[in-house]
Amino acid sequence: MEIVALMKQVPDTETQIKVNPQGTWIIEDDIKWIMNPYCEFGVEEALRTKEKHGGTVTIVSIGPARAVEAIRTALAMGADKAIHVDDPALVGTTDSLGKARILAKILQSIPFDIIFAGKQAIDDDMAQVGPAVAELLGIPQLTFVNGLEWIDGRTVRVNRQVEGGSQVIECSLPVLITCQKGLNEPRYASLPGIMKAKKKPLETKNLAALGLDPAQVGKEGDTTEILRVELPPPRKPGKIVDGETPEEKAAKLAKLLREEAKVI
Amino acid sequence: MALCFELTEEQNLIRQAVREFAEKEIAPVARELDEKEEFSVELTRKMADMGLLGCFVSEKYGGSNIGYISYIIAVEELARVDGSQAATIAAGNSLGIGPIYYYGNEEQKQTWLPRLCRGEILAAFGLTEPNAGSDAGSSQTRAELVGDHWIINGSKIFITNSACGLTGVIVVQAVTGTRPDGKRELSCILVPADAEGFKAIPMKGKMMWRASNTGQLFFEDCKVPAENLLGKRGDGFHQMLATLDGGRLSIAAMGLGGAQGAFEMALKYANTRVQFGRTIGSFQAIAFKLADMATEIECARNLLYKACWLRENNKPFAKEAAMAKLYCSEVMGRVVNQAVQIHGGYGLMKEYNIERFYRDQKLLEIGEGTSEIQRIVIARNIGVLGRAM
Repeated sequence: MEIVALMKQVPDTETQIKVNPQGTWIIEDDIKWIMNPYCEFGVEEALRTKEKHGGTVTIVSIGPARAVEAIRTALAMGADKAIHVDDPALVGTTDSLGKARILAKILQSIPFDIIFAGKQAIDDDMAQVGPAVAELLGIPQLTFVNGLEWIDGRTVRVNRQVEGGSQVIECSLPVLITCQKGLNEPRYASLPGIMKAKKKPLETKNLAALGLDPAQVGKEGDTTEILRVELPPPRKPGKIVDGETPEEKAAKLAKLLREEAKVI
Repeated sequence: MALCFELTEEQNLIRQAVREFAEKEIAPVARELDEKEEFSVELTRKMADMGLLGCFVSEKYGGSNIGYISYIIAVEELARVDGSQAATIAAGNSLGIGPIYYYGNEEQKQTWLPRLCRGEILAAFGLTEPNAGSDAGSSQTRAELVGDHWIINGSKIFITNSACGLTGVIVVQAVTGTRPDGKRELSCILVPADAEGFKAIPMKGKMMWRASNTGQLFFEDCKVPAENLLGKRGDGFHQMLATLDGGRLSIAAMGLGGAQGAFEMALKYANTRVQFGRTIGSFQAIAFKLADMATEIECARNLLYKACWLRENNKPFAKEAAMAKLYCSEVMGRVVNQAVQIHGGYGLMKEYNIERFYRDQKLLEIGEGTSEIQRIVIARNIGVLGRAM
């Protein structure tokens, strides 16, 4: 089976984010980068699919040179090969559509039976790339998947998280699945895996090599523009309710909840 | 471009992978295992699955062959979270696997290494005796060749990984005769854990490394085949010294990692604890402590990595290994001391991990050559005349 996992490198959740002086983007120096956790569920599911049905797992990722580290981590987890798209024309792009076009272009040139992607990247939280890729390829998509079982070698049954409940869907291949927390517990990249990863094929391509026009998928082709980036306001300090007795404290608290917080 | 402080991509990935593993798998259970003084077979197996045993062993024998610097980075990252688990891995590799890998014959390597690298079993290095500590050459344990078997009598003490459910084999240093020059002949012999006449008893009531296994070993007419001799007869003392040179690097890594972990706890606490209306880190008295810690840790890391680099490039490293072991363990001592100080009363409570780090540190100045012995090794290597004892 030909299995593909789309993967994005994002800032570590524990990194302290700073906004640049122009207020247009975050300062990327000194940030620790990791594999997007939702993409990690996708990579893990891709590896489990290979373990069940055999085949090849290919990682596809767009990003600057630093993204290679996340790609190597996916290879160290057990993926077989990787395609990395890096092009100066992509620096500062904001559109999900452009990214989806690049990924679709690659997927049109390689065989695939099933594609896994994160449900969203934890940096810009767009949640659009996976679905857009499926649309451009004209294949079914199953989004926000938090459970997956195989009915047979060509049919999956998934559990989707939906508002207030869950939805069970069966679908035959080919299909694109975006992965939600709960789908699996990603394995660690083992030390021998890391050593093997450097010998696995990793192909870096620019837009020209893919036959893509920077005016369409690059920065100049963006249809959206980020006007301003700001940090959430700092949290207000909490208030400690004092009083002589528990009763007195409870009464004060109830009053505050009603009059100040207006929640009761 | 000869002087380069940049780690390779693999070394960075290994640090990241071991850190993630340690934070997710070890951190949640470290305090409880310490409290119960319990060695975890499950956690040891998980560490073996990560490839943490057999770090410098070739793939041919099932090792992960990540190189010496990467191995040290792995131990450092484990120690950043928990000294006990770092000890299991450091001793498992440097003391357990090391002598078999470096001095074993092909058959011995094939017999033991694959299982050791998979973590099915652990190996231990039986050197210290009740009456032979720093004076390791004065071993009293004797092995006599009777027919085609060694008959071993004596005892060993403070032997890491030697008395747990996973212990499979012990490399035992014993007196095997008298050399032509009249001195005692020392040799190392492989003793399987199930050998006749061998008994291992776990040592309890430790102040530190409480979740690592330490054993006391008894040999009463213990009988093992003659071919269990490791390397050549009479090479035991040399094998032991070389093993300790390497072992020192892993103890140094524990000092460095432990210092790093303690520093991070202290920094976090100093940035959140409020007294006199401001975070305590904003007081110069505390900020300077943190600045000193960070500076010493930086020096320690550079010294240790240089010693590992020498080893990885097959250059003499005994002096630098002793310096790194001495310095990293003492740096951790100063860092944990100030880190507890910064935590104030809370630092004295088991609820805070810094308390465990404070206890775990002390071993580093004692195990695998005390700080005093390190100074002797260094003195001998810098041209001090005489015995320097």
